Amino acid sequence: MIKIAMYWGAGCGGCDVSLLGLHEKILDLLNEAEIVFWPCAMDFKYEDLEKMEDKSIDVAFYNGGIRTEENEEIAKLLRKKAKILVAYGSCATEGCVIGLANLYDKKDIFETVYLKNETTKNDEKIVPKEETDDLKLPEFLPYLKTLEQVVEVDASIPGCPPPMPVLEDALNALLQGKTKFGKEVALCDECPRKDTKPDKIEISRFYRWHEKEDNGDCFLAQNMICMGPATRAGCGGECISANIPCTGCMGPVPKVRNQGTSMLSAIASLIGEEIDEETEKEIINSIEDFAGTFYKFSTAKLLPEGRLKDES
Amino acid sequence: MKVSIDPITRLEGHGKIEIFLDEKGNVTRAYMQIPELRGFEMFCRGRKAEDMPIITARICGVCPEAHHMAAAKALDMAYNAEPTETAKKLRELLYNAYYFYDHSLHLYFLGGIDVLLGDAEKKDRNVVGLIKKFGVEIGKGIIKHRRYAMEIVKMLGGREIHPVSAIPGGMSKALSEEERKEIEKKAESCIEFANKSIEIFNDVFSTSRWNEMLGLDSLKTYYMGLVDKKNRVNYYDGDIRIVSPDGKEFAKIKPSDILKHIEEVVEEWTYVKFPYLKKVGWKGFVDGKESGIYRVGPLGRINSADGMNTQQAMEKFNEFRKDGLVHETFGYYQARLIELLNSAERMYDLANDDDITSTDIRNMPSEPGEGIGVVEAARGTLIHHYKLNEKGIVEEANMIVATTNNNAAINMSVANAARKVIKNGKVNDLLLNKVESAFRCYDPCLACASHAIGDTPIIANIYWKGKLYKRLKKNA
Amino acid sequence: MSFEPKIVAFLCNWCAYAGADMAGTSRLKYPANVVPIRVMCSGRIDAEFIIDAFEKGADGVFIGGCHPGDCHYVSGNYRARRRVEMVKKLLSQMGVNEKRLRIEWVSATEGKKFATVIEEFVDEIKKLGPSPWRK
Ligand code: SF4
Ligand code: SF4
Ligand code: SF4
Ligand code: FES
Repeated sequence: MIKIAMYWGAGCGGCDVSLLGLHEKILDLLNEAEIVFWPCAMDFKYEDLEKMEDKSIDVAFYNGGIRTEENEEIAKLLRKKAKILVAYGSCATEGCVIGLANLYDKKDIFETVYLKNETTKNDEKIVPKEETDDLKLPEFLPYLKTLEQVVEVDASIPGCPPPMPVLEDALNALLQGKTKFGKEVALCDECPRKDTKPDKIEISRFYRWHEKEDNGDCFLAQNMICMGPATRAGCGGECISANIPCTGCMGPVPKVRNQGTSMLSAIASLIGEEIDEETEKEIINSIEDFAGTFYKFSTAKLLPEGRLKDES
Repeated sequence: MKVSIDPITRLEGHGKIEIFLDEKGNVTRAYMQIPELRGFEMFCRGRKAEDMPIITARICGVCPEAHHMAAAKALDMAYNAEPTETAKKLRELLYNAYYFYDHSLHLYFLGGIDVLLGDAEKKDRNVVGLIKKFGVEIGKGIIKHRRYAMEIVKMLGGREIHPVSAIPGGMSKALSEEERKEIEKKAESCIEFANKSIEIFNDVFSTSRWNEMLGLDSLKTYYMGLVDKKNRVNYYDGDIRIVSPDGKEFAKIKPSDILKHIEEVVEEWTYVKFPYLKKVGWKGFVDGKESGIYRVGPLGRINSADGMNTQQAMEKFNEFRKDGLVHETFGYYQARLIELLNSAERMYDLANDDDITSTDIRNMPSEPGEGIGVVEAARGTLIHHYKLNEKGIVEEANMIVATTNNNAAINMSVANAARKVIKNGKVNDLLLNKVESAFRCYDPCLACASHAIGDTPIIANIYWKGKLYKRLKKNA
Repeated sequence: MSFEPKIVAFLCNWCAYAGADMAGTSRLKYPANVVPIRVMCSGRIDAEFIIDAFEKGADGVFIGGCHPGDCHYVSGNYRARRRVEMVKKLLSQMGVNEKRLRIEWVSATEGKKFATVIEEFVDEIKKLGPSPWRK
């Protein structure tokens, strides 16, 4: 029987829950594979993992990002114990929304959370310490790291969390020892609205999705930003089926390194041609929050060592 | 006594229990530490308001619907866009489906294992072991009904985990008649399953082992929960009712006023803060009327309400509350079961509502401002508070999550359970099971609490005479 | 020691590159810190190239394209201008001074203009100091 492990780093737990989302099929999985470590659902502990022989786990899944030294050490340990180490989900692969924290300093985060917060009464200015008299907390790293930034990774399952078809496809491949899987095209290719995507789109202003009634056409054609063209296919357009544009959780299309810039380049070509420079600036300004729009799920890849600090 | 201890103890999982003994080997203090933080309050700043229901869902993948809805409600208020009646019902329907699958997760996969399997061996203490003991039919029922509820979430929210459909002023997706019929069918089956679950747990509730569990910890705290106009429990909407330890209404407040009533303190040894009732004050880790500590979650809701909004659940409520408030921490399980039934019944009722399939599902937002959104997450009251600038960009964000509300109480329950079991330095391996099960009653979601991490793995370190004396793991 | 910035200049073949050439042949001085990269049109410059150049150690990125209306491929230069505008927004969110990125229109005959704008740009970057990526 194949031995698998699952670990939850700095993430939301949705990836763990998504594995349970296999529902009845989880019983099939259990027929093929033995779960040797999965803290969320089973009583096996860190010691159990440490005692295992090196390379004795066939496939280890790491979900969540790396935010504390503890996350980092477990990532290294799993790397040692596993033949195939898989980044499971957007956090582990690209940093996901928690990677947006890399736009800020650790100091700012502590101040915002513990000192300047409206409901927090903290006259003595107490912030959590890594060591108090007799208790220890693991160190909060200065920025969020993806798994790949810490150890070598053999495969990644994209998505936040990986949508069911993506997960099933990946598990099928991985249980046979294959590390290549997933679609090579962009989401537009399988989008339920793709027939309404015109060849040529000319945008003269951007709308945010709460500002406009949806008419059921391709979101870009409605002048709303949809990450579909720069996002890897696989989910079938889950958000679009609920009438919300894609925000890009599946990450970039394979071979494209940078999901954000690739979308941004695409968007630049959609702004109407006859537009003067002033209006052009206005249109661009109406996008707002570029990092949060184009890098919602991959800021940690853009800023692997956190916020850059220009001296001036 | 010689105890060998691996020094790298803090590497074990996300939640930690630390217990300190005095000279004689009796418990002086105990802590539950939550060692992670992701800093949502910081990086929500600068984001577009309409992204909040999507971004904050990622605070927790176990209860993303709760954050999604709290965020959407905060935006409704910030944009002064009251959702249409149908939108409210769709949200509530989605919300009850979430309750159903989340409560069943806790009852059958996480904490409930302590109750149902008692002292089973480590390798069996999980859902697989549960299926072994209770039979494949039950197992299939659990999986199937969780699937039903998640499919309903997906139907309404677009995704099973991290839904996207709640937007300022309403919902992005209407319900078709076909989908409605399917929900009705599934909800019916869920009601049956909830009743079956109550039977299964009732068998345990009549044993002496259960009485012993009930005796492990009891806290006379304040209780908090959302109630409708008739003071019945409501998960999605209503006023916040706070009841004092003697069962009297202490306050009933509009969600938008809640922040005037709560304050939080920071302790150095954990990344998670401790909220308390401002009017009563922070008196440290003690219970009673003089202490501002309050509890939320199933027990918090059922203790702070006068009833339930569905018929069968109402009967169970009356039985449970017949002698007034229930202070035993393990009462959380009974309360959770009542809610499991209630959420299934409520799904059924809403699926049969006349305008649930109406397409009038959104009102357009007006100018952005400030908004507070309050819902009951399965684990308790959840508050999102945003300040938007004139462009609808978040300038400030504050989230007080369910488990944080319970943080002080959880620490006390852990200490109480530890005091009951550890005497004169005598520590046996049953300890952790018991201490841990006290902690699990709350279904603490540490992901939410630190806006960071995972539920279950915990250990206990016991300190005596200034040194790490023993380290316990479940069934070590 | 004085700081000698590294500048990557993406230059359109039809105009700015020719302009740079002319600056060279007519022996107008322009600083040697500039690494010119010839592209067929400024519209070919993907936002990714710009980020890449910074990641690989550029202290400033310069883009030279044809004057409005003169783009050989009709509207490539407008596209470039929009991308630059957008990347600037991204850079400032990342903590990078957006002055490190500049776009200018330089025709094939404007050797002198090319030399002047590049000089200005190098001065500007010198004032800004080394790129934060370099640390
Ligand atoms: S990828 Fe998404 S679902 Fe998975 S842990 Fe991260 S935030 Fe949660
Ligand atoms: S841009 Fe979005 S809505 Fe349009 S086809 Fe692509 S994925 Fe679909
Ligand atoms: S539509 Fe986009 S954001 Fe939604 S699930 Fe698919 S890839 Fe993720
Ligand atoms: S050809 Fe010079 S910018 Fe397009």
